Amino acid sequence: MIELTNVHKAFGPKRVLDGVDLTINRGESMVIIGGSGTGKSVLLKCILGLMVQDQGTITLDGEDTSKVERDAFLARFGMLFQGGALFDSLPVWQNVAFRLLRGSLAKPKEEAREIAIEKLRRVGLTPDVADLFPAELSGGMQKRVGLARAIAAEPEIIFFDEPTTGLDPIMSGVINDLIREIVVEMGATAMTITHDMSSVRVIADHVAMLHGGKIQWTGPVGDMDNSGDPYVTQFISGSAEGPIEAVR
Amino acid sequence: MNAVTKPLATIGRVTLGFLALVGRVAIFAGQSIAHIVRPPFYPREFLTAVLNIGYFSLPVVGLTAIFTGAALALQIYSGGQRFSAEAVVPQIVAIGMVRELGPVLVGLMIAARVTSSIAAEIATMKVTEQIDALVTLSTHPMKYLTAPRVLAATLVVPLLVGIGDIIGIMGGFIVGTQQLGFATGPYLNNTWNFLEMSDIVSSLIKGAAFGFIAAVMGCYHGMRSGRGAQGVGRATKTSVEAAAVLILAANFLLTSFFFAT
Repeated sequence: MIELTNVHKAFGPKRVLDGVDLTINRGESMVIIGGSGTGKSVLLKCILGLMVQDQGTITLDGEDTSKVERDAFLARFGMLFQGGALFDSLPVWQNVAFRLLRGSLAKPKEEAREIAIEKLRRVGLTPDVADLFPAELSGGMQKRVGLARAIAAEPEIIFFDEPTTGLDPIMSGVINDLIREIVVEMGATAMTITHDMSSVRVIADHVAMLHGGKIQWTGPVGDMDNSGDPYVTQFISGSAEGPIEAVR
Repeated sequence: MNAVTKPLATIGRVTLGFLALVGRVAIFAGQSIAHIVRPPFYPREFLTAVLNIGYFSLPVVGLTAIFTGAALALQIYSGGQRFSAEAVVPQIVAIGMVRELGPVLVGLMIAARVTSSIAAEIATMKVTEQIDALVTLSTHPMKYLTAPRVLAATLVVPLLVGIGDIIGIMGGFIVGTQQLGFATGPYLNNTWNFLEMSDIVSSLIKGAAFGFIAAVMGCYHGMRSGRGAQGVGRATKTSVEAAAVLILAANFLLTSFFFAT
C-alpha cells in the first residue's frame, strides 16, 4: 500500500503540491487525473524519490520511503515514462533487459535477452525488433518497448506517466488495453497519471483528481461520472465553463 | 547610501555566486572520483568512452599537431634568423611541442570535441527523462554516465598528448628537412638529445589533468542542463567555455609547478 500524507512541494513561489493525501491499495489501479501543470508528474516523482517533498510523508507498506534502502525500494517499481525515455545508445532488447543485465537482479546475458524478447512479445512486438535502436521505432513502438522495460523485472508496482500522449486514438486504445491486461495479469499495484479520459475508463479501478495542489476528489471509476464534484464534472466533459479556470 | 551599497551588493552577490559554483564543481569532481573507485563498475561504458574519447579523436589531434609543428618550425626559423639562431629549430620545436603546445592543443581539441559531445548527450538524456529512467532502474547516473567518461578521459588524453607530441615534432621535422635545409640525422639527434624525461612526464601529467577537466565539465553541465533544446544548447556551450578556460588555467599552474624554478 502506498500512502501519501500531507505532501507539499513548491518550486520557488509556486506551490505545486499543497497537502496531498492519497492511499493506493495493494493490487489496485489508481489513475490520477488533472489538468496540465497541476503537479501529477511531481507527485509521481516524489513517490519514487526522484524529487524530495518539502513536507509530509510517503510510505510504502508502512515504511517511510525516504528511509528505505534505495536499491531494494526501486527494485519493486517499474515505470513507463511519458516519452518512453529509452536509452538511445542501446538496442531495444538491452533497453528492456537493462535491469536484468546489471545490479542485484543481474542474469546471464542470454537469459536476459530471452526474457526481453518474451516481454517484447507480450506487448505485441516481434523478436526482430530486439536488435533495432530506439530511434528506428515509431512512437507507438517506443511506448510498447517502454512498457516491456517497465514489466521486465516483474515489479510489484508499476507507474505509467501519460501513457497515451502523442499517440493516435487507435494506438492509444491498444496501449490502454495492454496496460490493463498486464496489470491484471501481474496482480501489480498501478498508478497512472493522465488527462486522457479514455485511458482512465480502461485502466482505472480508482480515480483521484488533483487540482490546486490537493486531491479534489477520489473514488471508484464507476462513480466518476456521477461524482457530483463540479471540478471532476468539468474535467470529464472538457467544458471551458466551470470552477477550473480555462485560459483562452 | 543606496548608491554606495548597491554596487557592493552586486559585487558580493557575484562573488558568492562564483564561490558557490566553484564549490558545486569541486563536489561534483570529488563525487566522480568516489564513483570511479567504488563498485559497481561498468566496463562496457568505460570501453565505449575510451573509443569515443581516444580512438575517434586521433584524426583531429594528429592534424592539429602536424600543422602546429610545421608552423612552429617555420616561425622559429624565421625568428631565429634575426639573431643567427636558426639552427635551434629542432630543439625548440621539440620543447615547444612537448612542454606546451602538445598538451594545450590536444586539451583544447578534446574540450571542443569530447566535452561538447558529453554535455550534449547527457543534457539530452536529462531532458528526455533518460536520467530519471536510470534512477528508476536502480542505476546511479553518476556511476553509469560520469565515472566511466571521467576515468577514460583521464587515462586516454595523456596517450593522445604523447601521440600529438610525436606528430607535432614530425611536422617540424618534415618542414625542417624538406623546406629549411636541415639534414635528417642531425635534426633527429638534436631533437632526441635535447628532450629530457621531465619534459615528457610533465606533458603526460598535463594530458591527464586536461582530460579530467574536459570530462568533468561535460558531465557537470550535462547533468545540470535546463529544459528543452535551449537548455541542451546552453549546457553544451557553457561546458566547452568552462573546460577551455580551466584547461588554460591548469596549464599555467602546472607549468609553474614543473618549470618555474
